[in-house]
Amino acid sequence: MRSESFQQPGRANFDPQTLKRNPAAPRTLFGLIMTGISAACMVLAVIPLGLVLYYILSKGLSSLSPDIFTQLPPPPMLPGGGFGNALLGTLVMVGIATAISVPIGVMAAIYLAEFSRGSKIAEWIRFAANVLSGVPSIIIGVFVYGIIVLNPIPGLYRGYSAWAGGIALALLMLPTIIRATEEALKLVPQEVRQASVGIGANDYQTVLRVVLPAAIPAIVTGVTLGIARAAGETAPLLFTALNTQFWPNWQKGLLEPTASLSVLVYDFARVPFANQNKIAFAAAFVLVLFVLITSAVARFATSRSRF
Amino acid sequence: MSFETNNSSTALGPRSAGERNLDRTFKFLARAGAFLIAFILGAIAVLVLVRSWPAITAYGPQFILKSVWKPNSEPPDFGVWPAVYGTIISSLLALAISVPIGLGIAIFLSEDYLPPPIQRIFVFLVELLAAVPSVVYGLWGIFVLIPFLGNISPVKGPAMLPAALVLAIMTLPIIAALSRDAIGNVPIDLRQASIGLGATRWETILQVILPAASSGIIGAVMLALGRALGETMAVTMLIGNNNSKASLSIFEPSNTIASLLANQFAEASGLQVSALMYAGFILFVLTLSVNVLAELLVKHLQKI
Repeated sequence: MRSESFQQPGRANFDPQTLKRNPAAPRTLFGLIMTGISAACMVLAVIPLGLVLYYILSKGLSSLSPDIFTQLPPPPMLPGGGFGNALLGTLVMVGIATAISVPIGVMAAIYLAEFSRGSKIAEWIRFAANVLSGVPSIIIGVFVYGIIVLNPIPGLYRGYSAWAGGIALALLMLPTIIRATEEALKLVPQEVRQASVGIGANDYQTVLRVVLPAAIPAIVTGVTLGIARAAGETAPLLFTALNTQFWPNWQKGLLEPTASLSVLVYDFARVPFANQNKIAFAAAFVLVLFVLITSAVARFATSRSRF
Repeated sequence: MSFETNNSSTALGPRSAGERNLDRTFKFLARAGAFLIAFILGAIAVLVLVRSWPAITAYGPQFILKSVWKPNSEPPDFGVWPAVYGTIISSLLALAISVPIGLGIAIFLSEDYLPPPIQRIFVFLVELLAAVPSVVYGLWGIFVLIPFLGNISPVKGPAMLPAALVLAIMTLPIIAALSRDAIGNVPIDLRQASIGLGATRWETILQVILPAASSGIIGAVMLALGRALGETMAVTMLIGNNNSKASLSIFEPSNTIASLLANQFAEASGLQVSALMYAGFILFVLTLSVNVLAELLVKHLQKI
């Protein structure tokens, strides 16, 4: 396919008399075949998605019952049971992660978008945030294990805790939130800032009362996507929150091993007991449904952006 | 906003000290948040290195090339070659599948083959492929993919092949989405010039657009490689966790560093924790170098 081929008369793509495409020309056929191949690639990607969603949703839906949301995981072979404690654990840990990562992430993005003015340091921090988003989630787990689980406060709590799990999830959410917030802040027109400063606002008033509210829809999108990812994360929870068969002990609060939906799926997928497999499918169904709903919410939030 | 004004802003004099402090505090907090990110990245490297130090001094660099995992022998002996080998092979196998398909998708979605609303649906579906939690792919792999592969290949249970296939599915959306961005960033003039010279659509794509987008596409492949090297749950559930030897057959159980960590950390103690940290450090260095290279490539692209 060298460029000379464009001029070879025998390979003309169209009849020069009528300018109509010659359907039998090799170049036309080549294009058609390549188009077919690229369309086939698209189909090839949608097939596994369809298979996974169909299998998880159908199998999970048939395992659902109201009890499953309120009861404790069943021992092997016994009917019934549910994932109430894991659902609670996921909500608690994702809540902790959100509460930690949103303020830090938004502040970091404000620095990058508003106060750094393209400085070298800002470029490095952006680079670090991108690299951090590529650090495997299990390494984040190893880090939190080394810093929190291996250094429990004597007499106060055991190493594995909901706090450790929540902090690990927060580290995973940070890059997503920073990137989404910075993009959102950049989209706010410069005139808005100038107008704010023009009526006498100083920097924090401009950012907090004018720029940030305008960027909220896009920030919410980023945060929801981060939450969806955190809810499905398993690897960093395996040895930070560990797992438990029981309800949280409210006297110890968040300082003891905590169950989560994703770790429950992992544990109950690998056992040979049909009743526990069923609970795993129901939990996977809830996770997938959660991801689908958050994606829809994120799209809705973006469509309401102000500028 | 009402027209009420407070004392400090009626006169255009200097701001009150309180207000200036608030402003300064706010800027300080923003800066602190930003520096924390860079600090965390450094802290991860330092902590994992420090915690793996006992194993590094005990086993040295041969740790990487040795195939032994005996936490209960006296003294315990560790080497991670099967996991290192499995990590690299599973990732490369996955990319061999997902790179051509992902590029095909990227081209299909950046040309105007479909009306925009239908195209948006496909873009959304590819995004969804990335959003499904890893552990859900693992569950599906155990109950659907492995039995299916058992019918058509010598796979009898967890093995390299099902793990690599699921990894391919999981890296596909990264390659498709980032390559599509790279193709979308190619200036329209190049396309117009090529079509104007009489090239067909596909001659333009293959000879003009893909070369122009190549550094972005390579960056996308590198990011996907980084993700594949560190992917944990789906692989752990499907690869079979064989610590004793590096198996050359893709139909046999194998292992990856991430799977090793996922399986053993919670129950490890003593030198085993250090050995696992050492393995984690190797994985960290591996993914970090791949990701830094990818970031530099993407950055290079943005400057053009």
